[in-house]
Amino acid sequence: MSKRPSRSRRHTVIGVVLTAIMLFPVYWMVNVSLTPQGDMRKDPPDLLPLHPDVSGYRAVLNDQLPYLWVSLLVGLGTVALTLVLAAPAGYALAKLRPRGGGLVGLLLLIAQMIPGIVMAMGFYGIFLNLGIMNTWWGLVVADSTIAVPFGVMIFTAFMSGIPDELTAAARIDGAGTWRTFVSVVLPVSRNATVTVALFSFLWAWSDFVFANTLDSGGSLKPITLGIYKYIGNNNQEWNAIMATAVVASVPAAVLLVLAQRYVAAGVTAGAVKD
Amino acid sequence: MTTAHADGLERPPAVTGATRQEPPARGAVRPGRRRARSRGSRQAAAWGFLLPVVAYLGVFYAYPLYRNVDLSVRHYTVRSFVQGGAPFSGWANFRQVVHDPAFATAMRNTVVFTLVSIVFQYALGLALAVFFNHRFRLAPTLRALFLIPWLLPLIVSASTWSWMLNSESGVVNYAFHLVGIGRVDWLTSPHWALVSVIVANIWIGIPFNLVILYSGLQNIPAELYEAAALDGANSWQQFRRITFPLLRPVSAITLLLGLIYTLKVFDLIWIMTKGGPGDSSTTLATWSYRLGFGNLLPEFGPGAAVGNILILIALVFGLFYIRVQRRQAA
Repeated sequence: MSKRPSRSRRHTVIGVVLTAIMLFPVYWMVNVSLTPQGDMRKDPPDLLPLHPDVSGYRAVLNDQLPYLWVSLLVGLGTVALTLVLAAPAGYALAKLRPRGGGLVGLLLLIAQMIPGIVMAMGFYGIFLNLGIMNTWWGLVVADSTIAVPFGVMIFTAFMSGIPDELTAAARIDGAGTWRTFVSVVLPVSRNATVTVALFSFLWAWSDFVFANTLDSGGSLKPITLGIYKYIGNNNQEWNAIMATAVVASVPAAVLLVLAQRYVAAGVTAGAVKD
Repeated sequence: MTTAHADGLERPPAVTGATRQEPPARGAVRPGRRRARSRGSRQAAAWGFLLPVVAYLGVFYAYPLYRNVDLSVRHYTVRSFVQGGAPFSGWANFRQVVHDPAFATAMRNTVVFTLVSIVFQYALGLALAVFFNHRFRLAPTLRALFLIPWLLPLIVSASTWSWMLNSESGVVNYAFHLVGIGRVDWLTSPHWALVSVIVANIWIGIPFNLVILYSGLQNIPAELYEAAALDGANSWQQFRRITFPLLRPVSAITLLLGLIYTLKVFDLIWIMTKGGPGDSSTTLATWSYRLGFGNLLPEFGPGAAVGNILILIALVFGLFYIRVQRRQAA
């Protein structure tokens, strides 16, 4: 026990080194985004942005701003749709336990296993027939399929932890099922709501398959396609591409700083039982 | 798992008895019938809450899936895709893709990509989880930073890796050059393309494994380690005899989930190599997409057939996962 402090310091040093190795690609993305176009193919490459150049970011402002707005819109729309569908369903499965609820839970679990490209191909035909290709809300619908099963799972897991006495008390006070849900269950489920909202936003923001399949023709494209088109068109201006990538990573960074415990909760919720 | 709750559970009678029926106008019903009525209306209310999601599953999961199956058993052209009326062709699309020389390659690549990815993700994730299980300064912060690769949009990670692995100007080849290894054409040579996308995929998957396995480690009682240390067990013995065996349920879930997720990987490969050069990094997922959307003349039927084969494989492991999970919950 006496050698604890020195061992702890050694662990910290190793931990910092490991983290640095793991995050090197992220650092490199930032470094390249600040490299002047002329130095892009320099040999050896500049390992530090000693002469930072913001022309890549200027290109983002000029070309990518509309795409960022679309992504924000699609992300928020997906969050709203996911919460509206998932929270009541979670309440039903956790507390009201309808006959056949177990089957619905099983179907939701299976739904999560279906590959995105298969869904994309199915949606492609439907969207084409309905004439809703290249609409932002069509993309919201498609993106929500990534998040809804997960959302129901999180809400179910969380809400079954709410003591029955709480809902029973609301009933004794004369609240109906809906009132109980809105004024008792939802307020105490804040953590689950935040977790589901975070992940559905992040997934919609990051989606590439649905966007590329269902929304690549119109003018309202999300940022993932903005980057993809950049790579396709001018694959020499890597500072602009990486600058867009940095900007597209901002939501992930914000989430990590503001809501780290929700993120960890979301990752583990599906996989590990308490 | 809570979704595994037995359905049709009776509510405790005491609570039902104490419940005042709503709306109050129904209070006139006799007590005995009131209970039966109450159970019926509770069922109705429960289904009211569940109905939106069930309808949603029907419209936005079952119907696209049905369309996909329909695509795979008909001979579609661009025209009949829009206007309908494609002739039924039975197993023809499936026969076509199975006899395509690309099928064996895509299958082999899918197996290699999936297995190598999850083995490394799991091993590295477990090593890191054990490491972070020690108490040291900055541990929570560093552990949080490890989540970043998993949270980044895939297009961000994929394009960053693409540039890092660039043959002429990539930082990876520069590092290899420093230690005396010659230029490797990571993304443009058929020998290395699959390796490149696997490396990037491992990087993305480590955080997921780390977080789950770390939370599994938290549930192993510290007394076990203390007792083992008193008995003179070294760290490796403690890992072999305590950590690994007790982590087995969590490991099984992690590996199975990893397997299902990795089978589906599409974005990363598509953005980095488009499955090329040739078919050297083509998996079932990218092949299916290329058939359907990657060519000027789309082959929706065969593309959907490959997609359905992929679903079947995912479902086999998915059902296995559900079984393991249920057994653990029981």
